[in-house]
Amino acid sequence: MAKQASAKEVLFTPVFDNNPIALQILGICSALAVTSNLDTALVMAIALTAVTAFSNLFIAMIRNQIPSSIRMIVQMVIIASLVIVVDQILRAYAFTLAKQLSVFVGLIITNCIVMGRAEAFAMQNPPGRSFLDGIGNGLGYSAMLIALGVVRELFGAGKLFGVEILPLAKDGGWYVPNGLLLLPPSAFFLIGLFIWALRTWKKGQQEPVAFRLAPQVEED
Amino acid sequence: MSSNKESIARTLIVALVVSLAASVFVAGSAIYLKPVQQQNRLLDKQRSILAIAGIGGAERSAEEVRALFARRIEAQVVDLATGEVNAGLDPASFDALKAAKDPRTSIELPGGEDIALIKRREQFTTVYRLLKDDGSGELEALILPVRGYGLWSTLYGFIALRPDLNTVVGLGFYQHGETPGLGGEVDNPKWKGLWPGKTLFDDEGRPAIQIVKGGAAQGAVHQVDGLAGATLTSKGVNHLLTFWLGEQGFGPYLDKLRRDGV
Repeated sequence: MAKQASAKEVLFTPVFDNNPIALQILGICSALAVTSNLDTALVMAIALTAVTAFSNLFIAMIRNQIPSSIRMIVQMVIIASLVIVVDQILRAYAFTLAKQLSVFVGLIITNCIVMGRAEAFAMQNPPGRSFLDGIGNGLGYSAMLIALGVVRELFGAGKLFGVEILPLAKDGGWYVPNGLLLLPPSAFFLIGLFIWALRTWKKGQQEPVAFRLAPQVEED
Repeated sequence: MSSNKESIARTLIVALVVSLAASVFVAGSAIYLKPVQQQNRLLDKQRSILAIAGIGGAERSAEEVRALFARRIEAQVVDLATGEVNAGLDPASFDALKAAKDPRTSIELPGGEDIALIKRREQFTTVYRLLKDDGSGELEALILPVRGYGLWSTLYGFIALRPDLNTVVGLGFYQHGETPGLGGEVDNPKWKGLWPGKTLFDDEGRPAIQIVKGGAAQGAVHQVDGLAGATLTSKGVNHLLTFWLGEQGFGPYLDKLRRDGV
């Protein structure tokens, strides 16, 4: 490696400069599904951060022992075990939230962010740095999820963490909520807007045009 | 070390050690957390029983739910075939869903009668009586467990009846795997709000409740609106109610209560 990134860079680059959702476009499925309110978004963010951090840690610890022919399966076994444990913990200590998150905790196993960091970072780096990289990418995912959760719950239901912020018209207030924001497609539009904003702020994330459309030719 | 990392023996050893470590880790955490999870499930069930019986539940703390449940709810194990209360079985430890899986404590339902698609029905099940708050011991609502197949999954829930054994106090499901947003709308408070006040039986005492696609007729006491985009879940709920209120379900028990008084 030409230049070792500092611990701080490993931890914070994924938040804005290399955001797993906004730049790498990974983990979209759960970002659509669990962000209709802030409670579930936050729990999901914590769960994914924990899984990414610990899977990176364990995989980095045994990275020199893993034969390359079975490395993906070994990574999957470790990730799957961690996800099951996280699911069990949620069922024990946050039962109502676990019920709302239903299958999406289990689906962390298939979240590309976890597998991607295991394969791209933890297989080449020592455990401490891999752990930080996991936390960092978890934070990047969390930042996006929380932003989505805030917008969707605030403007879709007039609440934050279930506490009323904007009094709803149907309860005698003034705010008429936008019901679309509670449905999954709205998260798609919002992610698109966030990506637009991020790439306007950090021009380096804009991709060069791969090809240009030829002008339409009129036949005469 | 790293030169023979790719050998077959080494590959097998790594696979074995990793699997072993992972399984110990997973099994250990599952066993360690099981008691807390069971308590949560029990609490969730009690909470939904209270909510369906119409005395709240969702906003209450765990202690309040336990206390309210202990004070107002009386559980009984009844014999579904005869409708008799079985005092020999303790409702706190009796698990009707487990009994339904065991051939010794359940009956197999013949295809034509198994409209709720549950295959086996337990001989004994637990019913809950909500008692009036004045200490008289009189019945305020009778809460019966119901279950049946929807589109993807078995729905587990309760229906609460007034002491006339005909008028609905509430209906709700505490566990199901229907599509969120479509069949999952069985949990929607608006839809559940359609149920109270409906009557379940016709003049001959047969189950007459219907979930109607496209919307119930104005003022129809036996009809409830179907769920939009969830025809099969609506049908499933309709069938499971017809089954559990009929002869194979709580029919004999309800008959006995009508004869002997609630």
